Amino acid sequence: MDARYTWRTLVREATLVLLALLFLVPLAGLLNVSLKPQDSRGGALAFAWPPTLGNYARAWNEASLGAALANSFVITVVSVALIIALAAAAAYPLARVTRGWSRATFSLLVGGLLVPGQLALLPLYATMRDLGLLGTLWAVVLVNVGQQIPFSVFLYTMFLRELPLDYEEAALLDGCGPVRSFVTVVFPLLRPVTGTVVILNAVGIWNEFFTPLLYLGGSDTTTAPVAIYGFVSQYVSQWPLIFAGLVISVIPILVLYFALQKHIIKGFAGGLKG
Amino acid sequence: MAVPHATTTPPGARAPAARTSPTARGQRAGVRAPWWFVVPAVAVYVFIVVVPSVNGAVFSFTDWNGLRPGWSFVGLGNYADVLADRAARDALVNTLLLAATATVAQNVAGLLLALGVNRVVRSRYVLRVVFFAPVVLTPLVAGYVWSFLLSPDGALNEALRAAGLGALAHDWLGDPGTALYAVVAEIVWQFAGYSMVIYLAGLQAIPAEVLEAATIDGAGAWSRFRHVVLPLLNGAVVINVMLCLIGGLKQFDQVMAMTGGGPGTATETISTAIYKSAFSLGDYPFSIALAVVMTAVIAVLAGVQFRLTQRRSS
Repeated sequence: MDARYTWRTLVREATLVLLALLFLVPLAGLLNVSLKPQDSRGGALAFAWPPTLGNYARAWNEASLGAALANSFVITVVSVALIIALAAAAAYPLARVTRGWSRATFSLLVGGLLVPGQLALLPLYATMRDLGLLGTLWAVVLVNVGQQIPFSVFLYTMFLRELPLDYEEAALLDGCGPVRSFVTVVFPLLRPVTGTVVILNAVGIWNEFFTPLLYLGGSDTTTAPVAIYGFVSQYVSQWPLIFAGLVISVIPILVLYFALQKHIIKGFAGGLKG
Repeated sequence: MAVPHATTTPPGARAPAARTSPTARGQRAGVRAPWWFVVPAVAVYVFIVVVPSVNGAVFSFTDWNGLRPGWSFVGLGNYADVLADRAARDALVNTLLLAATATVAQNVAGLLLALGVNRVVRSRYVLRVVFFAPVVLTPLVAGYVWSFLLSPDGALNEALRAAGLGALAHDWLGDPGTALYAVVAEIVWQFAGYSMVIYLAGLQAIPAEVLEAATIDGAGAWSRFRHVVLPLLNGAVVINVMLCLIGGLKQFDQVMAMTGGGPGTATETISTAIYKSAFSLGDYPFSIALAVVMTAVIAVLAGVQFRLTQRRSS
């Protein structure tokens, strides 16, 4: 119906392209300033020639960004792997069994979606301290997994409820026990929702600031956002240096985004079905 | 609440009407899902969320300070302290104001972007990727970039001066009257793309025939949008509003990066106030009572939204 390209479409397209360029200003400014000499004048979009990579070398060394990025990576990978294993397994009986305990457990888990983490904050902090886990990556991983279980279980359960039993029946007839049937037959069929769970959790956990600030604060172990936070307060308004640090810390997630943008956008849009 | 699209429909899913209940099918086939599969997930969840949340609610009526093992009940004393504290009251008002304005602005922006990049426009795929890009950016990092752009000599003021609008140039983050809205602007820039993709999924599930029929009946562009498209987007609106509202009520990262809660208490949110009272001032009882207030606010607003959408869809 409106599949024709008229002059009005042209106006719309031009407006959108202009808006997209405006949207990119913060990112362009970030990159541009990070390449400037420390003492250069001029604002975010004024170019200074020649560009320098000196800020990157200094930021890398002085904010210990290598170690911080490695920690962010380990936390993200381990947390996401545990979330998938625990949430997919839990969702299986929750979707297949309709008895009281199953429904009660599902309500208990989904109820957690409405409770902000701040309520549990201080008692949990005290427990982690008493267990000697403060300053360790395990504290951050455990908190991530516990907090993300409700949403991930919810996604898996909704998906499983729509998944026909035929595959499991076939596995049963072939002599598969329930555990083997889940691992080899059911779990591979969950791939679309596993993709969504991976994307939403990986982006969220990589970017998270509050949890690692709390559980790693004051220790030598940091994640990328926490390292950046300390770095910025140390080098107040030395923007070229700060921005080089910021660029380094977001390169992994931006590279991943532009490489997998279709899947990532789909993951964000699809995760909210239900 | 279902968004009418099917990116994650399982292989071989049948139409709901053709299905029997899971129990009936389970008994028919003898397929058994072991109950103990839920144990690891529930154990971690109970340890990380349930027990400390219940403790938090109980401790809000005590003088528990996290260090001494003993504590005693102090009734509503901590809540009285919170209500009597001007900074806490400011944080509460700021948080509600921020959540409300960000929710409205982000949804309007997201819906307009979605309508813009939905069809026909040649560069729609590239545009979607650009508008969505800020969503994956670390919020703390995005906050720092914006604090630079909005500084007295930053890009925004430079642009205003270059355009001959120097009179409008302003210390956006240093003025208590504009600082909160500067944070809102950053949030809208960062997450409008998120709302966009959810609205886009809703728009693409609307059958072209429905719009064609409306056009044939003589409906103009606006009335097509108002009476055909918008009602069909109800599910997407509900999800977007819920996400924005809860995200806004928990706001922490961008405020820490852009203003640290200042100037004065102009951008203090409940989350920053909870963090500061516990970890800068060491006042655990105050911090916990504030967290309970926050939980109550979220529960009430979520409940209200749920009631409103229930009524509209019935």
